[in-house]
Amino acid sequence: MSMRETLLSIIEQSFEELNDTREPGNLLSFHPEVALYGANSSLDSVDLVNLLLAIEERIEDELDISFTIANEKALSQKNSPFKTVKSLCDYLQIELAK
Amino acid sequence: MNPVTTPIYLITGTSKGIGEALANYYLQQGVIVVGCSRSHSNIEHESYYHHSVDVTDEQSVKHLFTWVRKTFGRLDVLINNAGIAAMNHAILTPASSVERILQTNVLASFICCREAAKIMKKKAFGRIVNFSTVAVPLNLEGEAAYAASKSGVETLTRVLAREFAEFNITVNAVGPTPIQTELIKNVGDDKINALLARQTLKRMGTFDDVINVVNFFVDEKSDFISAQVVYLGGV
Repeated sequence: MSMRETLLSIIEQSFEELNDTREPGNLLSFHPEVALYGANSSLDSVDLVNLLLAIEERIEDELDISFTIANEKALSQKNSPFKTVKSLCDYLQIELAK
Repeated sequence: MNPVTTPIYLITGTSKGIGEALANYYLQQGVIVVGCSRSHSNIEHESYYHHSVDVTDEQSVKHLFTWVRKTFGRLDVLINNAGIAAMNHAILTPASSVERILQTNVLASFICCREAAKIMKKKAFGRIVNFSTVAVPLNLEGEAAYAASKSGVETLTRVLAREFAEFNITVNAVGPTPIQTELIKNVGDDKINALLARQTLKRMGTFDDVINVVNFFVDEKSDFISAQVVYLGGV
C-alpha cells in the first residue's frame, strides 16, 4: 500500500469513528472532494477538531511516529489544507515526507 | 490496582515542593500518578511513573502524553504545577529571564492542557487544574514577569474552560500564597512578612491548603465548577 493509500485509509477510518457518534440520518459520506469546513461542509467546528485529532492519533499509532497535525504552516496557509479530504491528504503526504 | 478503573493523574513538576506533595497525597488516595520534572524524582511507589521531561519542549511533552494514552488509554486529571519564579525589580530583570518564565509558566501549561484534552475528550471526562498565584491580584512589586505569566495562566484557564466544556473537561486554577518551598527560598523575611500582611488570613500557606483546593476542583461532583481561580489566604 502506498503512503497516499495509507493516508486515505486513515482518513476514512477517522470518518467512520466520527460517524459512530452521529445520528443515522446525519452520517458523513467519504470521498476526496468532501468539504471539511465552510458552507458546503456537514462538519461543525467540533467535528473538525475531532476528525483531525482522530487522524493525528491514527497516524501516530499506525506509522509509529510522533506527529502534530496542526502546525503553524498549516494554519497560516492562504488555502487551508483542511479544506477537503483531498487537500488534507496532499498536506499530510508532504508533511510526512519531511 | 486495576489501571482500567483506577483514576490516572498527571502532575507536572513532581521532583520537589507542591508537586511532590500532591503526587504523594494522590498516591495515598490510591490513584495512578504519572509525574514529570526535568530531574529525577525521589518518589518510590508502585503506582508512580516518573518521566524526565522539560515541559517547555513541545515534542517531549507530546511523547509523555502519547505514552499515557498508549499505556492507560485515558487521563482523568492534569495538575499543571510546574512553574518558576524570579523576584527582581523590573529594571534589573533581563529579557531572557522573562522569556524563561513565560515559557515555563504559560507555554508549558498551554501545551500540557492541549495534549491532556486530546486524551480526556475521548472519555468525555477530565479535570485540569492550573497554578496561579496571589501575586496576580496583589500586583506584587518585584514580580512583574512572574505575575504577568500567571495572569496569562488565569486567562488560559478561563478560555480553555470554555473551549473544553463541550468535552466535559473542567479547567480551574488555584492561586497559592507563599509556601515554604524552593520557589521562595531566596526571598527575604521582610518581603514575605509584608506580603503576608496584605492577605486576609495572615500566615504562610501549606501543602495541605493547596491540596484542599485541588481536591475540590478534581472531585467528580465538581462537574459544574469551571473557569474559576481560587486564591488562598483570603486574597
